[in-house]
Amino acid sequence: MSAVEPRFAPGARVRVRRADPPGHIRTPWYIRGQTGEIERLCGAFPNPEELAYNRPGLPAQPLYRVRFRQRELWPDYAGPAADTIEVEIYQHWLEPAR
Amino acid sequence: MPLARRAAVADNMAAEESGMRQHHDMGGLPAGPVARQEHDYALWEKRVDALMVLLAERQLLRVDQLRRNIEALAPDAYDKMSYYERWIAAITLTLLQRGVLTSDELGRAMAEIEAREARQ
Repeated sequence: MSAVEPRFAPGARVRVRRADPPGHIRTPWYIRGQTGEIERLCGAFPNPEELAYNRPGLPAQPLYRVRFRQRELWPDYAGPAADTIEVEIYQHWLEPAR
Repeated sequence: MPLARRAAVADNMAAEESGMRQHHDMGGLPAGPVARQEHDYALWEKRVDALMVLLAERQLLRVDQLRRNIEALAPDAYDKMSYYERWIAAITLTLLQRGVLTSDELGRAMAEIEAREARQ
């Protein structure tokens, strides 16, 4: 299976693209535009945005588990400052962040 | 609800109205408590589940296409339908899109079943 090369290593800071293309999108709305840290590379998988239209979704896209701070996501988050949320996001939705 | 949260929810609702956020993509919106008890499934719901597994095995359906078709339901239908009602609606759309069924075949079969049930 052909796959795109991974761009990010664990620990890298990434920003989720703020985009709203039509179609079947796996990147939740609430996480778009947010900055987090790569927790791990999960592997490469056929792109579900393509599979949804019965196309092969190749080359496969690297999928990452990205960790975000709850406090940065929710304006009224009342839990401890260290609380995090992890979201699995495909590489084409991520860009490098400082 | 605190002010900052209320503003965030208002932004989120506006995003749907302007077509940027799709209706199903509701993470972060107020949703009420989660029902934690086990559910009993009706026979038809089990059949929908089995149908999905068989179609996937025969490569006539992928979960991604099923999801896309669930997401394509109109917002009021999406909210009103139960879990397996959404599934069967999306399975139907997928089979029409892939040419496994035609609307005419499906419509005639449904009318036949309705007539049979009316006689019973």
